[in-house]
Parts: sequence; C-alpha cells; structure tokens
Amino acid sequence: MKNESNENINDSSPSDKTPTSARVIAVKVDDLTVAYNYKPVLWDIDLEIPEGVLMAIVGPNGAGKSTLIKSILGILKPIAGSVSIYDKPYEKQRQLVAYVPQKGSVDWDFPTTALDVVMMGTYGSLGWIKRPGQKEKKASLEALEKVGMLAFKGRQISQLSGGQQQRIFLARALVQNASIYFMDEPFQGVDATTEIAIINILKELRKAGKTVIVVHHDLQTVPEYFDWVTFLNVKKIATGPVKDIFNDDNLTKTYGINYKVSIQE
Amino acid sequence: MDITEYIKLVFTDYTLRTITLGTAILGAVTGMLGSFAVLRKQSLLGDAISHAALPGIAIAFLITGSKDSNTLLIGALISGLIGTFWIRGIVTKTHLKSDTALGLILSLFFGFGMLLLTFIQKQPDANQAGLDKYLFGQAATLVESDVWLMAIVTGLCLIVMLTFWKEFKILLFDADYTKTLGFNTRFIDILITTFIVLAIVLGLQTVGVVLMSAMLLAPAAAARQWTNSLSTMVFLAAIFGAFSGVFGTAISASQDNLSTGPVIVLVAGVFVMFSFIFSPNRGLLFKQIRFIKNRRDLELHKTLAFMHHIAETHEDISHPHTIKLLNNFQGYTRSTLQKLVDKDYVQLDGNMWSLTKTGFEAAANLYTKQSTEDE
Repeated sequence: MKNESNENINDSSPSDKTPTSARVIAVKVDDLTVAYNYKPVLWDIDLEIPEGVLMAIVGPNGAGKSTLIKSILGILKPIAGSVSIYDKPYEKQRQLVAYVPQKGSVDWDFPTTALDVVMMGTYGSLGWIKRPGQKEKKASLEALEKVGMLAFKGRQISQLSGGQQQRIFLARALVQNASIYFMDEPFQGVDATTEIAIINILKELRKAGKTVIVVHHDLQTVPEYFDWVTFLNVKKIATGPVKDIFNDDNLTKTYGINYKVSIQE
Repeated sequence: MDITEYIKLVFTDYTLRTITLGTAILGAVTGMLGSFAVLRKQSLLGDAISHAALPGIAIAFLITGSKDSNTLLIGALISGLIGTFWIRGIVTKTHLKSDTALGLILSLFFGFGMLLLTFIQKQPDANQAGLDKYLFGQAATLVESDVWLMAIVTGLCLIVMLTFWKEFKILLFDADYTKTLGFNTRFIDILITTFIVLAIVLGLQTVGVVLMSAMLLAPAAAARQWTNSLSTMVFLAAIFGAFSGVFGTAISASQDNLSTGPVIVLVAGVFVMFSFIFSPNRGLLFKQIRFIKNRRDLELHKTLAFMHHIAETHEDISHPHTIKLLNNFQGYTRSTLQKLVDKDYVQLDGNMWSLTKTGFEAAANLYTKQSTEDE
C-alpha cells in the first residue's frame, strides 16, 4: 500500500531522505501521556513517523521506550492521547501493524514448537475460531526460512538459544505481513551473527517500503543501522533523520542531564 | 475386598458406579483446565477459588435452609466468582502482586466461611449437620444427578476449549501479543477463569475445599513432564486426572475408613512423583543418566584427543606408545581405554597402545563434528 512514496525509498541510501513534510506519515502520536502511579512515565508525546523509515528509539533506562511502543499498540492504557496509523485510529488499522515483544516477556518453557509460535502471527488475520490451514503453514515456513530457522521448525522452543528465540519472534511478526513493525529491543542478548542477520532483515523491510520502529540500546550502532531516530526521556527530546539530529547536543539532553539529577538525589 | 471383586462391584453396584464415574469425570475436567492454570502461572488460583467458595455454601444454606447439593453449589459458584474477580481487581487496581492477592482472598473468604460454619453448627436445628463435609469432601454423597451435572459441564468445557483452542493457546503463551492482533484478551481470560471456577465448584462435594487445588495442579504438573505439545499435555492431564479419580475411589472403597477425596489427591500425587522421576525428557532419573553418559563421552573424547595429539607427532600414526604417557592426563581411566579398544579406535599390546586408522580419523573429526551438531 501507499505506493506513491515507494520510489524515493527504493533507491535512496539511509542517509539521504526526502524531508518529513513530503512524506506520508505512517504513525502519528498525539499528546500521549502514560503514568503507572502518580509519576508520569511518558509526558505529552507528539510523534510523527514517516513511512519507510528504520527508526531507533533511544533513551536511558526508565525513559519509557518500551512503554511508548506498548501504549501505541494499546497494550497499555494511556491517561491521555491518541494514536493513528495512516490517518485512521489504531484500532481500525491493527492488521497493518506487527509487534515483536521483548524476548524475556514470555515463558520459553511453554509446550510448543518454533513453527507453532511463528504460526501465531497468522492468528490475527484468521480472526476468531478459524484454525490455521495449509496456507498459513506455508507462510510460516517461509518466514522461518527468511530468519534462517527453517531447520529448527519442530524444535521445542526452550531448546533454542537466545538468538534463535529472537529470530522466531521476528519470524512471527514477518508472517503478519504488516506495513509497520514495532520491535522492543530485538538485539538484546544476541550474538554478533544474529545481530547482523536481524538488521539485514530490517533493512530489507525498509527496502520493501515498510516502516520499522526499534527500541534500541546501543548508541554506537545507531548511525550504521538506522536512518531515523527518536530521543526519549519521559518527554520526547528530538525526532528526525539520524544525520541531522544524532549529535552530542541531543545525546546530552537525553542522557546527560538525567544523570546529574539522579546523582543529586 | 480384593481387586476382581471391586471391578465386579463397579459394574453392578449402583453407588460405587456413580462415585467412580463422578470422580473420573471430575479428574478429567480439572486436569484439563488445570493445564491452563499451570501454564499461566496461576497455580494458586484454584486454591484461592475453592477456599473462596466456602462462605457461599454456608450462606446458601442459611438462606434456603436446604442441604441439596445443587443449591449449595450455586452459592459456592457465586462466592467463588466474587473471590476470583476481587483477586483480579486487587491485582489490576493496586500495587499488590498476584500471590499476595491470592493469599489475601483465600484466607479472608475461608476465615469467613469457617465463622459461618461454626455459627450454623451452634443452631438448635438437627438439619445443620453435614455441611462440614465440604471441607474435605465426601464422595459417598454423590448421586446420579451430580454426575450428570459434572458430565454436562465437562462437555461444555470441551466444546468451548475446542472452539477457542487457538485463542487459549496464544493467550497462554503471549497475552500482550494477543492483544495487538486484535483479540479481546479479557473475554478469553474470563472464559478460561469461569470454567476453572465451575470445575472447582463441582469438585467441592467430592474432594473438598482444602484439597481441591491439588486436583487442578497435580495432573497438569505430571502431564507437563511427558510432552512438549500443549494438546498432548491437556489430553494427558485429563487422563491422569480421570485415573486418579478411579484409582482413588477404588482404594478408598476397598478399605474401611479411608475418605475418598484425600486418597484421590494422594493417587494424583503418585502420578506427579512418578512423572518427575521417570519421564524420558524432563525426568530426574533420565536427566541424571544423560548427565553421567555425557561426562563419560567427554572423558572418552578427551583421552582420544590426547592420544591423537601424541600419535600425530609420528609419521606412522599407529606407532605404539606406552600407557604411562596417559597417566598424567585428566580424562584417562582404565575403563575409558577399554572402551576405546571396544570401539576399535585403539589397540593394546602389553603396556603399549596405538591408535588404529579409524581411531585416528575419529579423533581428527571430533571437534568439527561437535561444532556442526551445535548450530
């Protein structure tokens, strides 16, 4: 979908993109505020994510990065704010959105196989009651192959290494065939080989015109992996192309000041 | 009464047949639903619900004055559900963790229930006796209509489970993700919980408030040991539960003064013990055997690698060396050497050993082979 913007994505390198104003907005967040108790975790976030970017969300621990993703996806209920996907409320556009949760959020000792977990990605389009059939199985096997895990399809998921589990989660999102992907720390606890494999898949998604939003921890790799970045620390510090805004000024604003505050306490 | 006599009685004696059928169905449905509770890490939920049902039984009696089991069970159902939703409420609305919420509701409701029971027992009414059977259960009071009720609920539960199998499975594995796919997780959750409450309430008369949670957990815990597939686990848990019911009833019927509920729970416990020790993949016994075998293999490999290292220094790989050379080496024992001989990797000649051609090749490929097996 949204073919009109595809031509300026396919040929462009990550560092030279058309300006925001000329692009279709894939995700729009308005006035989003989330609090667990009295303390706000996210304060009045406005965010526009253009279509076809590979965006990192960076910020210190407790900055609300995962919370932001979870609130956009409706897993957490915000106090205020709204989310729209391609100009329509998120609730109506769920099928355009796929989610890769943190690996540690589920019990990997659950009695099921790698293929079974990937098949769960097809449940959304199936809807209630209907069971996955041959078509869904074929799509799931293809997704497993894309992440290099086809040989492990029948493996019990607790018998997989951390990196392999992460790939399974990625395959489960791929099988949804969405337009927008939200990923919560997909590089956490994976080795160099898996990290490269994952980032290559993400870059392929971008090439295909998809929008990929990643909660990311490793500042070193931001310029290499991503073309768009959002600095977050309870409030939105900055958002834009990596080449324009990934600088000391924004890094200090996001990480530095908070350090001083926490030391004084 | 011996076992053949008992089997004959099951088919001829009306009461025994009713009780056996009842406990078997109860075991099957609780085992099935227990799998869901165990996988959701809500093992204690069953305990809380069964304890929360007690005041409902007492209040139902106080209001109606009837000891009809269906009337009392409706009371149990209502207070069990109230307890369950309070637990959910506490967890979502306060900072308290679910174990605290479960413990709190369990003891508060049970305490209140016991208070009402003592109050009822003090009443100058001959009718009051017997309510305390709900504490530990009394399978002997099961009548045909009770068994029918159990069968209907079990059938309903089976239909719902098969219909919403996919939804149950994904919710159990990853609730957040399920939400993002557009499923109403609250609905699925309430469906599962309602059936757990129903199964527990049905079991109160047979197994009792105090031991009911074992019926939910034991078959599921045992079943988990034998399989890595959810459907097989649920099926096995139902089988284990049903057999616990049947065996438990048989044992308690063949002895005097053995109440059925506790015996059923103990039989279920035996299933758990047996599964923990003897199941092939997760069982303690085979784990230990595998552990020892792996160590032995490793010793063997280390010795072989060491021999390969020495043999490599000679042009003729089968050049004999003295056994003394090996004594310094950690992995070496007489038995490992003998095993290498048995495998035709090594030839012994007095105090000298030499690698065979197969042995040399096996040693050379040891590590490359392992690394390909790994990934």
